Amino acid sequence: MKSKAKFGIGAGIIVGTLSCLAYVGAQQSKTYYHTISEIPTLSGASLHQRLRVAGDVKAGSIQHLSGHVDFVLMEQGKGLRVSYVGTDPLPDTFKDGAQCLVEGKVTPDGRFVAETLQAKCASKYEAAPGQAQPAAPAAYSADPKSKS
Amino acid sequence: MDLFGSYALLLAFALAIYAIAGGIAAVLTRRPLLIKSARNAGFAVCALIWLAFGSLVYLFFTDNFAMAYVAEHSNRNLPNLYKFSALWSGQQGSLLFWSFLLSIYVFSALFAYRGKHPELMPYVGVVLASVQLFFLTLNNFVASPFQVLALPGAGGVLHLASQADGHGLNPLLQYPEMVIHPPVLYSGYTGFTIPFAFAMAALIGRYPGEKWIHLTRKWTMIAWCFQSAGILLGAHWAYAVLGWGGYWAWDPVENASLMPWLTGTAFLHSVMMQEKRGMMRVWNVWLVFTTFLLVIFGTFLTRSGVVSSVHAFAQSSIGTWFVGFLIVAISACLIAFLKNRDYLRSDNQLDSMISRESSFLFNNLILLVACVAVLSGTLFPVLSEAVRGTKISVGPPFFNRVNIPIAMFLLFLTGVGPLLAWRKTSVESLRRNFGWPLLAGVVAAIVAVALGLREFYVTLCLLLSAFVTFTVVSEFYRGARVISARTGSNLFSSAAQLTMRNTRRYGGYVIHFGMVLVFIGISGTAFNQDKQMEMSAGSAMAIGPYTLHLQNFDSDQQPNYSSERATIDVDKGGKSVMMLYPQRRFYPSNEESGTMVAISSTLKEDLYVVYAGRSPDSNLPVIHAYLNPLVKWIWLGGLVVVLGTILALLPNRQAVMVMSQATEGSPAFGGGGTQPARAPISARSRLPKDNL
Repeated sequence: MKSKAKFGIGAGIIVGTLSCLAYVGAQQSKTYYHTISEIPTLSGASLHQRLRVAGDVKAGSIQHLSGHVDFVLMEQGKGLRVSYVGTDPLPDTFKDGAQCLVEGKVTPDGRFVAETLQAKCASKYEAAPGQAQPAAPAAYSADPKSKS
Repeated sequence: MDLFGSYALLLAFALAIYAIAGGIAAVLTRRPLLIKSARNAGFAVCALIWLAFGSLVYLFFTDNFAMAYVAEHSNRNLPNLYKFSALWSGQQGSLLFWSFLLSIYVFSALFAYRGKHPELMPYVGVVLASVQLFFLTLNNFVASPFQVLALPGAGGVLHLASQADGHGLNPLLQYPEMVIHPPVLYSGYTGFTIPFAFAMAALIGRYPGEKWIHLTRKWTMIAWCFQSAGILLGAHWAYAVLGWGGYWAWDPVENASLMPWLTGTAFLHSVMMQEKRGMMRVWNVWLVFTTFLLVIFGTFLTRSGVVSSVHAFAQSSIGTWFVGFLIVAISACLIAFLKNRDYLRSDNQLDSMISRESSFLFNNLILLVACVAVLSGTLFPVLSEAVRGTKISVGPPFFNRVNIPIAMFLLFLTGVGPLLAWRKTSVESLRRNFGWPLLAGVVAAIVAVALGLREFYVTLCLLLSAFVTFTVVSEFYRGARVISARTGSNLFSSAAQLTMRNTRRYGGYVIHFGMVLVFIGISGTAFNQDKQMEMSAGSAMAIGPYTLHLQNFDSDQQPNYSSERATIDVDKGGKSVMMLYPQRRFYPSNEESGTMVAISSTLKEDLYVVYAGRSPDSNLPVIHAYLNPLVKWIWLGGLVVVLGTILALLPNRQAVMVMSQATEGSPAFGGGGTQPARAPISARSRLPKDNL
């Protein structure tokens, strides 16, 4: 019984310490997900948080400027001006219409300064549910019944 | 041929239902003929899944672009090797592949124990068939890889259609490792179904004793070995292909593969307490259950789009099915446990804090905490949205802060555990066993600090690594010395004999040593450097002791892709040491590009050079160079882990004549030996199969 209690105390200390470390780690690295339409409504402390925003790159909006690349990210008809200031070259998938995920902060003038950027070609490999592949025949089940 | 697989899957589905219903009837009536019939249905399900998978392979190799799945994931110019990886590169194919690998395990288990353990196997058959039924439901009705292409014609009538060429395989997957990484990892995932089925069967059937533990040990080890190798191969693929200079990013898909590994590792250790001391029965059953549930959860995570990930499959409605199955599986586990928990009562209690038992308890606690941390970090966006209404994700600092101390503690236990005696260890034996290894660790740390090492965790890791290595070596040495004294053979052949006599124990030590190598490799991350520069022919970049001279660019045309290549002359101390050729490839069939990283790897460090793209401003090529110390140790460690597991799976051999004395009383066999003392028997005989 005594050993069991000792083990309990040891376990408690370990779990407690690790929880503290987890808390610190979470505070350090947390990123808030927001939709583009939510960004103008942010105020106070939440404006200074690290944000993560997803959308589609507006066709024709990409401008290569010195030191940064500007473009407009669209989601449900709303746009967000983004400046990518990261050091990594842009991924090849980053082009007009691509799905794009940016992480960074909002500046007071409403521009989003992104440090990291990920892009994925729209509907290249697999369509989202309910969406047919553009310019490709849709797939129908080869259920044995439907052919006979 | 197009529809052959479809029919096979449908028949397999029907037979799986029969295997479950017949199996339940067999359990209730105990009629031998029914037991046999249910088992045969189990065999037939597996055979049909093989046929279906074989037919998908055939469709890929005949470039049958009338099939939607083939058209979407392959193209005519795709090299044959990569037609295999195309098989499991999409949702539907990978789920069929899941069923395929699972059916190999199921078939082997049913076949290996046919006619044996009549009280247990019918239950096992039912559980296995139930898991298969779930995946067959997906294969048949939710994500069938056997869908044909069709175009709507006049009057809304559908016509079968075919494409001249397919869309091609994602270039990131056109890499040799992608041909073996998914099968290996999936073999790990699916393999954990077997111990789950036996645990569930033993619990429901109230099968007496620890038999199920003995029966499943090698299955668990095989699954664990595949899982370990799969995780490392995945890390290596990420390192060699994705071109970001790292191998682990705490991405949800990576985490999904790590979680069952953590609980599986905990299980492999804690079963020893049940075997030796009859403790931890409840815990072990739940560890197996949890491991299986995490396997299903991981499969769900990669396919549902619940958390966004770089290499997850696209969002799809399939998630609902997995959630449903998880709920059913969790309920089944809970009900089986609540109804039979009296069957799981422990024989013994923890006697002392300084004992083998407590080291296992701490090992389990720590592995489980790691698993919970990884799980909560992965699901942080989902959890925070549920609790606070905002989606928040946590990044690598969260995972590293928790898991680095855990890794250090595990490393400590790896050294300490095997030397502690069961029940209680005296202070005297502590001093005798740990004095030298601890001294070796401290000396290594002092030397490193004197040489300028200032990172806390790296120093600690080095200290513990030296400590563990020393304990492992001394275990081999002590055992080998005893044999050497008895037989007169030299220490090396004695060590080999020793290992073969108790493969499980000494194989385990080899695995521990492999993990030490992995940890040393990971600790090198603290000293990673990288540098990025726009470069034109003739320009140079210095990183660490190397200078990279860019000589020229050229391009190359292959049937499947075109590529642009940089030729870089690397010199060290003014002397040219090697040429590196980082590449960018462009794949026309799917309009994507990929990078081929040039890596020069030595035990000391990797020079990792990426042709990152062209600068948006100047259109000059951008070269990104990384200097990553000790990475090779990780892959070597993984190899040692796999070899150790294979060693531990080998049946024990008993040496000629000396066997009966050596197993009793000798210190080398006192602690973790699993070998029951046996009467003298003829040379090279084997233990009963069940005990391996």
